Amino acid sequence: MNAQSPAVETSGLVKLFGSTRAVDNVDLFVPSGTVFGFLGPNGAGKTTAIRILATLLRPDRGTAKVFGHDVVREADKVRWRVGLTGQFASVDEDLTGLENLVLLARLRGYSWSDAKGRASELLEFFDLADAGRRQVKTYSGGMRRRIDIAASLVVTPDLLFLDEPTTGLDPRNRNQIWDIVRGLAADGITVFLTTQYLDEADQLADRIAVINHGRIIAEGTSGELKARVGSGTLHVRLVNPDARPEAERVLEQQLGVRVQLEYDPLELSSRISSPEVATQALVHLAQAGITVGSYSYGQPSLDEVFLTLTGHPVDGETELEQS
Amino acid sequence: MQTTCERPHQTERRVLPTRARPARPSPLSSAITLAWRALLKIKHVPEQLFDVTASPVIFLLMFTYLFGGALAGSTAIYLQFVLPGILVMMVVMITIYTGVGMNQDVKKGVFDRFRSLPVWRPSVIVGALIADVGRYLMASAVILLLGVMLGFRPENGVLGILLAVLLLVLFCSALSWIWIFLGLVMRTAESLMAVSFMVLFPLTFASNVFVQPETMPAWLESFVNINPITHLVTAVRTLMSGTATADQIWPVLLASAALLAVFSPLTMWLYGRKQ
Ligand SMILES: Nc1ncnc2c1ncn2[C@@H]1O[C@H](COP(=O)(O)OP(=O)(O)OP(=O)(O)O)[C@@H](O)[C@H]1O
Ligand SMILES: [Mg+2]
Repeated sequence: MNAQSPAVETSGLVKLFGSTRAVDNVDLFVPSGTVFGFLGPNGAGKTTAIRILATLLRPDRGTAKVFGHDVVREADKVRWRVGLTGQFASVDEDLTGLENLVLLARLRGYSWSDAKGRASELLEFFDLADAGRRQVKTYSGGMRRRIDIAASLVVTPDLLFLDEPTTGLDPRNRNQIWDIVRGLAADGITVFLTTQYLDEADQLADRIAVINHGRIIAEGTSGELKARVGSGTLHVRLVNPDARPEAERVLEQQLGVRVQLEYDPLELSSRISSPEVATQALVHLAQAGITVGSYSYGQPSLDEVFLTLTGHPVDGETELEQS
Repeated sequence: MQTTCERPHQTERRVLPTRARPARPSPLSSAITLAWRALLKIKHVPEQLFDVTASPVIFLLMFTYLFGGALAGSTAIYLQFVLPGILVMMVVMITIYTGVGMNQDVKKGVFDRFRSLPVWRPSVIVGALIADVGRYLMASAVILLLGVMLGFRPENGVLGILLAVLLLVLFCSALSWIWIFLGLVMRTAESLMAVSFMVLFPLTFASNVFVQPETMPAWLESFVNINPITHLVTAVRTLMSGTATADQIWPVLLASAALLAVFSPLTMWLYGRKQ
């Protein structure tokens, strides 16, 4: 075993689809035993990168190694150690949950009886015991996600890829997946997950890389990233639109922050480092006699992250050169 | 969503680590497991057996009674002639479904799942082929049983029938690789079906399945005589009637070997590189 080898190490990775540079010169380093978050909007290249690392796609340029094994030349060694839960269901919908897991356990070398044992164990664990004898096509979104993750754990992998594991799930199901990821991490499994939500990456990942148009535009711990983008954003909605310039002036002067005027003439927002500062901001507004209709404070959205990191919004089409 | 509410959420959920690392299964074992999957699909979607049960019955009855009198003077005589032909035609047609199944797997994520496993690479395809041999045998049994009920009496008896079916299954397993290959190339199952029917209809009809080629115009006759389906039908017929010679068998074996030699490496190459 290569105990010292990093779970993932890529250098200059490039994948082209026609003229689209789906993955563009990506260098990644994921130490073994950590949770790595890959954050990016639709079409950023997250799935493409994961598919290269899981040996499903060949890179056009650059190298990628998983536990020291080249994903192209030593694909089989890589497959031996990784599990992949793709973005879209990758179990057989016509089969039952149990049959799917038995099938995969057999393919990983379990005997028929051990395969059944392992499958029931996994179903039990993932709260699917009752649904185990139903065809997967009858499962809800959350159940599908769970059976898909269970399918990747038939043999515990050293590295698990989870491609947008919570997209489209309700908060309860999302929390459940988060717990599963934390449990895996506690067991020492390296997890490489992609997401479109900063708070998800923040909750789960030791290190985060932000990808856009195939390129890594920021990388670091969640703390480092938040230091760059501000840990949170205060949204304020006024009662009177005429008070907005005054509100903007008060906030900028008193707190020294940059204020963003939103499209809605009643709204303004500002990246603020802590909830305490947000409270101060509201106090300053009240002292200036400005009535606040409503406000919220939270993690910046992916949009705001991109705005900060790249100076322009996430949408690719509006990518104009700024003078 | 029935069971999720009661379970307490703890942050320290141990996710069933198993240090179990069973040894890699043998190629045969993984192929059989994947064949088992195909059988499970039949269990859950039994309608897909229509083409190996109902279609052969319809075709055999239709051709025997509709054309038998006109083509051979009597339906009883024509049955002796046409049954081996219809047997070949029906089983050859079924080979298309191997490709269709592959195409559907590619579009769903199942294909990626299998490709990301450390298993013997061809096992997905070989597994599908093993299951398809079951379908070929089932269709053959339906046609032969019905034929015998209608009065089909091959001179070479059971042995001839077994040898004929063996040869047929061999050829069809080799032929399937073409459709599996196309199943990986084509975007939709519909276009794959369209292409394969376009190839198989002329091949099966412009052959000696229904009539002897002597009555055909010369250009057609020469096509029919080089058509591999013709050779297959001849071999199946003569094996059943006990008049088979090596000259009638080897072209079929050669064609099977050629198909396999070309399309299995091509398919495996594509399988490894599918985007
Ligand atoms: N097989 C393919 N053929 C052509 N283009 C592709 C293919 N796969 C991906 N692309 C393109 O590559 C780019 C990156 O796609 P990718 O699926 O990796 O993004 P993503 O970050 O996973 O997005 P999402 O959040 O929507 O899943 C996109 O522009 C996409 O259109
Ligand atoms: Mg994706």
